[in-house]
Amino acid sequence: MQVNKNKEFEPVIVAFCCNWCSYAGADLSGTNRLNYPTNVKIIRVPCSCRVNPMFILRAFQRGADGVIICGCHPGDCHYTSGNYYARRRMTLLFSMLDFLGIERDRTRVEWVSAAEGAKFAATMNEFTESVKKLGPNRRLEDLRCRKQ
Amino acid sequence: MQEAIINRAKQLLADGTVNRVIGWKKGEFAYDITPAVFETAAEIDADFVYDEFTAANVSKYLIKESKKDGRILAFLKPCDTYSFNQLIKEHRIVRENVYIVGIPCDGKLDAEKIRQNGITGIRTVSNNNGILKIDTIYGEETMNFDEAVSERCSVCKSKKHVVYDELIGDDGEIADSGRFDMVEKLENMTAQERYDFWREQLSKCIRCNACRNVCPACTCEKCVFDNDNSGVANKAAADSFEENMFHIIRAFHVAGRCTDCGECSRVCPQNIPLHLLNRKFIKDINSLYGEYQAGADTDSRAPLTDYKESDCEPSVVHERGTE
Repeated sequence: MQVNKNKEFEPVIVAFCCNWCSYAGADLSGTNRLNYPTNVKIIRVPCSCRVNPMFILRAFQRGADGVIICGCHPGDCHYTSGNYYARRRMTLLFSMLDFLGIERDRTRVEWVSAAEGAKFAATMNEFTESVKKLGPNRRLEDLRCRKQ
Repeated sequence: MQEAIINRAKQLLADGTVNRVIGWKKGEFAYDITPAVFETAAEIDADFVYDEFTAANVSKYLIKESKKDGRILAFLKPCDTYSFNQLIKEHRIVRENVYIVGIPCDGKLDAEKIRQNGITGIRTVSNNNGILKIDTIYGEETMNFDEAVSERCSVCKSKKHVVYDELIGDDGEIADSGRFDMVEKLENMTAQERYDFWREQLSKCIRCNACRNVCPACTCEKCVFDNDNSGVANKAAADSFEENMFHIIRAFHVAGRCTDCGECSRVCPQNIPLHLLNRKFIKDINSLYGEYQAGADTDSRAPLTDYKESDCEPSVVHERGTE
């Protein structure tokens, strides 16, 4: 969370990227000189199904305003079926966060392949914009972790 | 009913079918009946109770008890049999060491609801065709059974035993009793209202861990919340985040395995409706991945350890109606 009184609100976005696709996709968007916001902090994971619900909550605790999970397209998982499990898990988790009244647009899953550098940049631009509109994460923040 | 159960327990002990019996004994008050293991007929005669306050689900105790020498006799209510079945499925219980006697259940009372009705100092309660005669230290009171029955029993999902070696009484039916009504009501609120509702409820949490400890699905030997390095190891919540996190993760870890026995809410000393979180997961699983009742059988795959290529995308959550 970074709020500067003189500047507009800049969200912190945590992106969990699968090593085999989205992480390479991010790399591709870089080598193609495509812009995506510096708000996005990428965490590389071996597979989208490595992302444990706790990771997402922990990210929010430590100051993230939005969390996005990027994995291989269904059917293309490096480990055959990891993203299918991740898909079910994340659907249920997001639904639960929504049930608890936490803004549903703070979380997202997007499938980005290693060839989709442009899609990666576009997704990150769009997600950052939508989180920016929501404002700082207040409902799932830990005040002890707030930076002054 | 208590007499029939005690007689059967003593018979099975006497003929050597079982070596121990797990049942319930009276606590300090009539309404805090607690699970207990009995080894002799004399102990059973002295302490064994089964009445309208005997709500505890003993299936979780069988994880440990079934690994001891000899066989144990367990009396399971219909909803307890689902928990038992789920534990069998997860290979947590040695089935040969357990002898299950299914017992009927007409719903259990919630002492808190009786107190809310202005009746305190409860000594004994007897049920007379739907009218409760409550003997209190201030005299005798009456109350309708339906008003005093616990929430989970008023929306009972099944009176059918899914696993047993023998039955006392008749087997019941699976019922559709609108157990998701409250979840639906919450879903129809705005995000702000839902947030306020849960803040009010979850801020009461004192992190006693009773919900976790009683849950028949929470059987990990080492819990994520016992990890000293996790930053959320056993301690009272210091921030609203911790309350949210504990309850989200607790419910998530039993998603797809929770049989909706309602023990979490029963034991909560702060009366937080924790079962609503579990039911939300059950409702979502039912609507998104097909009807699934955990514990109904021992061979189907749990929804979160299974997938279909045609599953919906997580964006269904974002496309829902109300904000």
